[in-house]
Amino acid sequence: MPQIGSFTLLLAQALAVYSFVAGALALYRKDDRLGETARRAGIACWAAVTIAAIALVLAAFGNNFSVAYILHHSNRDLPIAYKFAALWSGQEGSLLLWAWLLSSYGLVMRLRYKVDPQLTAYASAIVAAVQVFFLLLVNFAAHPFGLVTGTIPPDGNGLNPLLQYPEMVIHPPMLYLGYVGVTAPFAFALGALIMKYPGEKWIHITRRWTMVAWLFLTCGVFLGAHWAYAVLGWGGYWGWDPVENASILPWLTMTAFLHSVMMQEKRGMMKMWNMWLIFTTFLLAIFGTFLTRSGVVSSVHAFAQSGIGIWFVWFLATAFATCVFFFVRNRETLKSEHRLDSLISRESSFLFNNLVLLVACFAVLWGTLFPVLSEWVTGSKVTVGPPFFNRVNVPIGLFLVFLTAVGPLLAWRQTSWDSLRRNFLWPTIIAAGTAIALIAGGMKPWQDSAYFYSLMAISLAALVMATIVGEFWRGGRVIARQQHINILEGMVQITRRNTRRYGGYIVHFGIILIVIGFAGVPFNQDKEQEMGFGDKMQIGAYTLVCQSFTQDDTPNYGSEWAVLDVYKNGKKIDTMFPERRFYKASEQTSTIVANRSRPNEDLYLVYTGKNPDTGKPIIKAHVNPLVMWIWIGVVVVGFGTVLALIPNTKPGKINATQKERDETEAAVKRGAVEVGGD
Amino acid sequence: MLRKQNLLRPIQLLGIAVLALTFMGADVDARFNKLGHQLMCMCGCNQVLLECNHVGCAYSERMRGELTASLERGDNDSLALQSFVQKYGNTVLSAPTTTGFNRVAWIMPFAVFAIASAMTVWLVRLWKSRPVAQTVAHPNLGNEELDGLRKKAREETEF
Repeated sequence: MPQIGSFTLLLAQALAVYSFVAGALALYRKDDRLGETARRAGIACWAAVTIAAIALVLAAFGNNFSVAYILHHSNRDLPIAYKFAALWSGQEGSLLLWAWLLSSYGLVMRLRYKVDPQLTAYASAIVAAVQVFFLLLVNFAAHPFGLVTGTIPPDGNGLNPLLQYPEMVIHPPMLYLGYVGVTAPFAFALGALIMKYPGEKWIHITRRWTMVAWLFLTCGVFLGAHWAYAVLGWGGYWGWDPVENASILPWLTMTAFLHSVMMQEKRGMMKMWNMWLIFTTFLLAIFGTFLTRSGVVSSVHAFAQSGIGIWFVWFLATAFATCVFFFVRNRETLKSEHRLDSLISRESSFLFNNLVLLVACFAVLWGTLFPVLSEWVTGSKVTVGPPFFNRVNVPIGLFLVFLTAVGPLLAWRQTSWDSLRRNFLWPTIIAAGTAIALIAGGMKPWQDSAYFYSLMAISLAALVMATIVGEFWRGGRVIARQQHINILEGMVQITRRNTRRYGGYIVHFGIILIVIGFAGVPFNQDKEQEMGFGDKMQIGAYTLVCQSFTQDDTPNYGSEWAVLDVYKNGKKIDTMFPERRFYKASEQTSTIVANRSRPNEDLYLVYTGKNPDTGKPIIKAHVNPLVMWIWIGVVVVGFGTVLALIPNTKPGKINATQKERDETEAAVKRGAVEVGGD
Repeated sequence: MLRKQNLLRPIQLLGIAVLALTFMGADVDARFNKLGHQLMCMCGCNQVLLECNHVGCAYSERMRGELTASLERGDNDSLALQSFVQKYGNTVLSAPTTTGFNRVAWIMPFAVFAIASAMTVWLVRLWKSRPVAQTVAHPNLGNEELDGLRKKAREETEF
């Protein structure tokens, strides 16, 4: 198996080089037959990398410890799903996964070349160039099929216990699908720039690729957050770790692109900006990978420090130089076609939305790299931890939530004050009412800035929700009148007719649910206590009573766990089992959190250890309000994105009477119904 | 009357003592929580001191004890933090200070925000000042041309 894997990786390297060189030459010479061979070489490259990836997985399944990678990341008693996950649990394997995903994106692109043969040929050559780089890495810098020298140990070192959790089987592939997926829109954008592509068709093609990559990256980021919450046992889900930050950087620029691209499609503006947003997103995805794998910044998530950082530096420099070269050469084709009519317009809101997203991206990047900069300038390293990121990014995030409420209600080109007042009156009343209700309910924003931000977040969330519901209501009402159906059916119809717009609103709704989840953080409570038989702990509204504590043993790990009855208002509501495991192969411990999640709050119990003197377990309890809304929000975001990817249905025959048509027309003229807009 | 006052006095004093103790305790707890979030655990886990929960972490337990001792000694916040910096180095603080070069860390994001906002406003003004196309009076368009324009308008307003 290792020999097959090594051979197919070398073959894939040769095919990727051919696909790139022949593809570029074919475009230069306008030789279609040569171009076709390049396309087929790209497809064959996918087959070769797939065989290599299968070879590595089979080596893990077969406990082939002659392969150094398998020896270091697996063991005989590891469950089969985690043996499969061993493919991406180390440096070499995860780079192979990256190369395979990139080849798979390339495969889809090359199979769908008829969408636009010329542009796809350019994009395919660019993807092949990126493939050459990643295959160079797996062949010469981090080879996954390296063999063990000397005696082969009878068992492997095992998988890191933190990675032995069901979500780890899907979190990294999701994240990588997002990271790698950025290559496709990058390739189309650079290809369009090189060939001076006329029109906006490349934007239409790119948008779908970007949305798919964005969805995967969103899922990957939040699966990672959920994994941290469920496994690391510190009671939080986001620690502003450099590797977490690296994943959010391309997400922010991609989100900016998905908004500003509408300016180009609709008004022929911001062409240069969009081009650079895609370039930046790709460069940040590579930069994030560099951060994770080079050891430049210290992180709990990072792979072992290795020498592959320099490969990434060269690749980043080359990619950046290529982007600058073609931009300078062909920038004349990226001139804006229209002017801006008013500051109070959809165009302006997109500009500010992009501004805020990019500033947030800068703030995260700045905080991540500041320790390196500080050491370089002053010779002394500093820590930039959660207090810095929270203080800087929370106000920026709140401004973005405000724009989420305002933007969709502004019309393209110009919005009248009258329309503004009419559209914002009820949402503003609802937001103000929410703030008053929260203060009346006991929230004291004047006591602490965290409470103030929480109040602002929930009030602005109410504002956004009211505007979104208003948009669905207005659109649904028009359709309901026209087609004599009820308003709910009208809302479904309008969504199906304009999936992009209403799918986008659902995505916004999901984001707002996530914001509500974040707003609960200032009210988190925690308590740590030794819990013997019958001991009680009071936290929030809960009383925990220790019923028992015991031990267990499996071939993979030994465990200690406590049995805790949970009472609320004197009534038993649950029994929870926080656990600590000791993994035999890796000789490492890990916590398995017991979490009782409800819409209002999570009761989160961690078995932190055992008092060596008394032999009793030490339990740390957290009450974390509103956390569940984060995960619900992610599901809603996913649903909205998938909806936005579905093509619109054509409107059916409209059975409206002349009177109803006149009424609708009059409503449009009055501005009671906004037509179009995104 | 005097007897009543004599009875009231100890009750009042007791009340004041209970309140003082309660608030003093609350203050120490609040300060412990606040300062504990301004410090990092030095075991290499990259976590805030009060959030480090590594099983058998050799640092966090000891550091929490040191913080409690510092507060019980009556050290003010600055002194308590300074003693940690002297013992563990600058990296023990969870965020850069607002002195010296570290100030740049705090200023830069907001400076970039201000500059980018100014540039956006400038851009909006620049785009607004672009020449407007001259309007043509009463264009004489045929049905086909009008249909074409309607189709274009529908496409442009579909999202």
